[in-house]
Amino acid sequence: MDSLLEIKNLHARVDGKPILKGLDLVIPTGEVHAIMGPNGSGKSTLAYVLTGRDGYEVTEGEVLYKGRDLLTLTPEQRAGEGMFLAFQYPVEIPGVPNTTFLKEALNAQRKYRGEDPLDAMEFVKLMRRKTKELGISDDLIKRQVNVGFSGGEKKRNEVLQMAILEPTLAVLDETDSGLDIDALKIVAEGVNALRAPDRSALIITHYQRLLEYIVPDRVHVLAHGRIARSGGKELAIELERTGYAAFAEAAA
Amino acid sequence: MPESASPTTAQSFVAQFGALRDTLPGAGLPWLRELREDGIARFAKLGLPGPKVEAWKYTRLRPLERIGFVPAGAAAQVDLDKLPALLPHTGVGHRVVFVNGRLRQCLALLADQPEGVELGGLADALRHDPDPLAAELGRNGNGARARDGQPLFALNTAMMQDGLVLRVRRGISVALPIEVIYVGAPGPEPVAFHPRNLIVLEPGARATVVEHHIGLGAGAYFANGGTDIRIEEGAQLHHYKIQDEGPEAIHIATTHVELARDALYDGFILSKGARLSRQEVAVQLAGEGSECHLNGAYMLRGEQHCDITTTIDHLAPRTSSREVFKGVIDDQARAVFQGRITVHRDAQQSNGHQLSKALLLSDRAEIDAKPELEIFADDVKCSHGATVGDLDRDALFYLRARGIPEAAARDILIEAFLAETINNIAAEGLCPALMSSIGHWLGGTTGRTEP
Ligand SMILES: Nc1ncnc2c1ncn2[C@@H]1O[C@H](COP(=O)(O)OP(=O)(O)O)[C@@H](O)[C@H]1O
Ligand SMILES: [Mg+2]
Repeated sequence: MDSLLEIKNLHARVDGKPILKGLDLVIPTGEVHAIMGPNGSGKSTLAYVLTGRDGYEVTEGEVLYKGRDLLTLTPEQRAGEGMFLAFQYPVEIPGVPNTTFLKEALNAQRKYRGEDPLDAMEFVKLMRRKTKELGISDDLIKRQVNVGFSGGEKKRNEVLQMAILEPTLAVLDETDSGLDIDALKIVAEGVNALRAPDRSALIITHYQRLLEYIVPDRVHVLAHGRIARSGGKELAIELERTGYAAFAEAAA
Repeated sequence: MPESASPTTAQSFVAQFGALRDTLPGAGLPWLRELREDGIARFAKLGLPGPKVEAWKYTRLRPLERIGFVPAGAAAQVDLDKLPALLPHTGVGHRVVFVNGRLRQCLALLADQPEGVELGGLADALRHDPDPLAAELGRNGNGARARDGQPLFALNTAMMQDGLVLRVRRGISVALPIEVIYVGAPGPEPVAFHPRNLIVLEPGARATVVEHHIGLGAGAYFANGGTDIRIEEGAQLHHYKIQDEGPEAIHIATTHVELARDALYDGFILSKGARLSRQEVAVQLAGEGSECHLNGAYMLRGEQHCDITTTIDHLAPRTSSREVFKGVIDDQARAVFQGRITVHRDAQQSNGHQLSKALLLSDRAEIDAKPELEIFADDVKCSHGATVGDLDRDALFYLRARGIPEAAARDILIEAFLAETINNIAAEGLCPALMSSIGHWLGGTTGRTEP
């Protein structure tokens, strides 16, 4: 099987409003693809459809993940199958310590895959190693999930989760937005560290800047709910120069 | 006993009192006799609380009225060694056990406090040293509000047989928490008991009391408790209560707290058991600078009904109160939160904050929340609010998107919601016990080893 993800003629609605209108996209195993596109073009919608969020209704088309129908799986099953979304707007969960959350998540996924759970010691070790590798402060993991985090801290926390969960398909939804160059490098390191022949990533971004650090195999432009154009990494550079004017929502 | 076949009415309790009046503890004490007679007369006049009483607007006593209750007799056989302990077992500590309202055991390991702490049962105290009780037991229940709204406290005053008596002398700190276990042990017939507790902290004294109310078996019983608490100048009482009665129990608890200058009352109630429960707490911030924390959490499912009714009166300047109750309500259970803060004319520079937050886990779950604020002073800071909601859908999706199954994700969120109220508890070792109590509730079990 050479494609990890195959999206065919995907149509999806939010609140009864059609957002994705016949989207086709193939991500071969081992490749990193980028999706760029104007605000409101449906990038986050695609991310939520892939992860199974309530209210994102698929009306047509199919999505194959590892060759199997993805859309019938629950969000937790998808996660167990190695799907990960770095949220554009990470959610605050008062009262739940970040460590508890990460341990629950990791062990739930391990259980799904029939692996033994990590005990407290093993988990702490893993956590230390990952935070150190990414240069993320210990303080962040002791706090409640995303509560009172700055925008940058929230994004870093997403990357830390990704590093610990080691997904097969990582989808990053504008994880670079609003980050300074140091934070941007953490995101890039997180993704690059996961690069492997059996893993893929889908990077949703506005800016070509992140793609200087994570060099994509393919770049796609999402407009009017479809992939309007695809190309190599030079497409990102071109878009940076020309903007999305050519893909403006005039037709919508 | 023939009464058990017929339903409970005010008359049936009055008749029970008539039969028992000469054998109740302290029957030979004129002041107590008068107090009891006054209580039963008041109860007879008011009857069982019904819809016409404002304070009982949302709570019906139907489960009580349906069944006939007989007065609890000599305590049932209970293996005291098998009772659950809330506090870590260190072998030291103070443990008092009541079975069906009567003192069964008083392990007062007060080695560290040989002097200055009196801990025991009311029946014993009435037998051996009744005089100091006269002033304490008659203090409460005579105010206008209590007169109209507390018929069951009046009934308790008439029928009380036993209960906790704790007096901590001036300046004494009781280092270890005093664990008081109230066991409901229903027999072949539904029993009723009316424990009356008395806690007095003299100036500068400190104590922590942990009440654990549990039921053995699934039968019905009626626990109608009353508690008088007086905290003198600069004294501090931490008072934590876990209500985990049996599934058919009716648990009514009326507590009066009076604080002198600079005194502190730190109260917490976790309510998870009983078919029908009501926690009524009335706090009088009577001394300047006195302070009250009144927090709690409740977890309801099935057809449970839980009523939290609190009144806090700010009577003196610079008094403060902080009250947060949080609850989760599943199935067709129902919660009532009535909280009133009254800042009286002389209570300048006081502050009172109150919050009720409920999570409804099912379409048929219900809460009636009635926060009230009455302010008669002009220089005060007060707030109150009530929220009702569902689990946060975004948070739920976030957890699931990380691989945590839906049921576990819901539990994490519910636990986090409730944990906030527990984290403030000062008694060492108690927080983990309360958290695991919540965990057991989420797991759908009582978390108790049946004796
Ligand atoms: N929960 C929602 N309810 C209603 N409309 C939504 C919702 N989420 C997104 N939309 C609409 O769907 C369209 C695509 O949004 P989105 O996928 O967030 O775009 P992008 O991520 O590319 O900026 C926008 O028009 C947006 O207003
Ligand atoms: Mg978006």
